[in-house]
Amino acid sequence: MSYGFVAPYTALVVAFGVLPALYAVFLAFTDNEGGFAGIANFTKVVSDFRFLPAVAHVALYLVIWLVALVVLVSFLAVVVHAVRVRWLSRTLRFVFYLPGALAGASSVLLWLFVLDPTASPVSGLLHMLGFSSFVQVIVPANLPPVFAIIAFWTGAGGWIVIMYGALNNISPDVIEAARIDGATVVQIARRIQLPMLRKWISYMGIMSLAAGTQLFVEPQLLSQASNAIVPNDYSLNQLAYQYAFQQNDFNGAAAISLLLLVIALALSAVFVTRGGLFEKD
Amino acid sequence: MTTVDVGRPAGRQDGVSGWSMRTIIGVVVAIFVLFFVIPIVWLLLATTKSAHALIIENPFQPGSIGDLAANWKQLFDFQDGAVTSWVGNSALYAVGALIITLVASIPAGYAMALTEFRFRRLLLVLTLIVMLIPNTALVLPIFLELNVVGLIGNPLSVILPMSFFPFGVYLTYIYFSTSVPRDLLAAARLDGCTEFQVFARVALPLAAPIVALVAFFSFVQNWNNFFLPFVMLPSSDGYPVQVGLTSLLASTPAFNPSSAGAQSVQLPTLALATVISVLPVLIVFLFAQRFLVAGMTAGGTKE
Repeated sequence: MSYGFVAPYTALVVAFGVLPALYAVFLAFTDNEGGFAGIANFTKVVSDFRFLPAVAHVALYLVIWLVALVVLVSFLAVVVHAVRVRWLSRTLRFVFYLPGALAGASSVLLWLFVLDPTASPVSGLLHMLGFSSFVQVIVPANLPPVFAIIAFWTGAGGWIVIMYGALNNISPDVIEAARIDGATVVQIARRIQLPMLRKWISYMGIMSLAAGTQLFVEPQLLSQASNAIVPNDYSLNQLAYQYAFQQNDFNGAAAISLLLLVIALALSAVFVTRGGLFEKD
Repeated sequence: MTTVDVGRPAGRQDGVSGWSMRTIIGVVVAIFVLFFVIPIVWLLLATTKSAHALIIENPFQPGSIGDLAANWKQLFDFQDGAVTSWVGNSALYAVGALIITLVASIPAGYAMALTEFRFRRLLLVLTLIVMLIPNTALVLPIFLELNVVGLIGNPLSVILPMSFFPFGVYLTYIYFSTSVPRDLLAAARLDGCTEFQVFARVALPLAAPIVALVAFFSFVQNWNNFFLPFVMLPSSDGYPVQVGLTSLLASTPAFNPSSAGAQSVQLPTLALATVISVLPVLIVFLFAQRFLVAGMTAGGTKE
C-alpha cells in the first residue's frame, strides 16, 4: 500500500529528476548521430570563445552577491532583532520581505525602470554617479553588481526574516548574562549571535551559490532591452540555450547543462552530508 | 512570531560612543528601507501616470485615475488582448501544477514518514538531493527529453515538470514525522481501517497546515517560473504572463528603439504589466510571511 502512496511522486522523480539527468549524460557523451563521442562535446564547449567569459561573468556576479548577502543579511537581521519597538521591528521585516514577491522577469523589469536615468525614481543618484542614459548604466563592466543588486533586492528579505527567527531561538538568558557581564551590543552580536547563526548562514550561502550559477533571466531580459549591448550569451545557461536553439547542437547544450548540474549536485551533496541541517532520519 | 523582549533599556553605560553608533546604524537601516521600498512605491505610482508625466514630473507625485485607465486600456489592447490570455495561461499552469503537486506530494511525504517500504531511504535521499538543485538546472535536460516524446509547446510540458516539487514532499515528510504519532495510526488500523482510510481519515485531516504551506510554495514558484515556459513554449499564445512580459518589453521603444510603431508600449503601461504580473503572488505574500519562515526553517530548528 505504501507503494500506492509514493507511486505518483516516484513517477515524477523518475520523469523529471532522474531521466533528464541521465539523458543529458547520454547526449553529452555522444555525437549528433548517437555515436560515442568521448569528451569531445566538453572540449568543444570549453574551448568555445564564449565559454570562459561566461564563467567569469557568473563567477564575478556570485562573489559580489554572496558577500553582500552574507554580510548585509546578518547585519540587518541582528539590527532588526535588536529593535525593541514591536511594530517597528515587524514593519522592518515586512518591508524587507515584500520584494520577494517580485521574482524572475517582473523584478528585472522593475529594475530596468530604476536603472533608466530618464524615468528612474533615483535619477538624481544615477546622474551623480555619472550615468545619463540607460545604455551607460548597463555597460558589461557594470552588470555583475547590477545583477547582484537585483538578486539582493528580491532575495535578501526572506533570509532576513529567517535569520530573525533563528535569533529568536537564542535563549534570552544567554544574552542577558552577557549583558550583565558588560558585553556591548556589538560584542554580543559577534560572540554569541553570529556564531549561532552560522548554520543558517551556510545554508543561505550554499542555496544561493547553487541558484546563482543558473543566472539566466536577468541577462536575457537585459540583452533584449539593450538591443544586444548585453550579449545573449552572457551567462552559462544562456550559452547552453544558444547551443540548443540557435545552433541546434543538443549535445553541446547537454554538455554545458551537465557541467552546471554537476556543480549544483556537488553543492547539495556537500550540504546534505556535512551541513547538519537535515540530521533527521 | 514570538517577539522576545530581552529587555530593559540598555546602553546607559554606553555613553556618547554608544549613542553615535546607534545613529549610524539607524541611518544605515533607513537607507536599506528606502532601497527596498522605493522601487515598489515608484512602480505603483508609475502606473497612474502618462508616459510624458513619468519622465518630466517628480517621480513620487501620483498621477490620475484617468491615466491609469488609459494605461490599462493600452495594456489590454496589446496584440488583441494577449495579456488577458497570458494571465489565464499563468493561472492554468500554476494551479494545474499545484493540484498535481498536492496529489503526488502529500501521500508521498506521509508514506515516507509513517510507513515502511523498500527503497524508502533511497527515495528520501533522492528527494533531499533534487530538492537542493536549483530548478533551472534541469530545464534544458527536461526540454531535450520532452522533445523526444513530442510534448514541446503543449501545456503539459510546463505543468508536469512544475508538478515535480521535492521540497513539498520534504516539508510533508518533516511534518508527519514530527507531529503525527505512529500510535494514532496503529489505533486506527486496529479499529479496522484500511491503509487508505488511515491516510484519508486520520492523517490527512491533521495535515491541513502542511497542505497550505506546500500549496503556497508551489503556487509562488510556479507563477514566477520563467526559464521553463520560456524554453518549452515557442508560441506567444501559450506564454504565461512572466514570459509575456518579454514581448511587452520588446515592444517598448524606450528600451528597444526599433519597436516604435502602432503596437508600441509606453513605460507606464509596462509598469502596469509588471504590477499585474506579480499581483497574485503579492496578495499571497501579504498573508504568508509566517508560512515562508515555517517552510524555510522546517527541520532546521532542532539545535
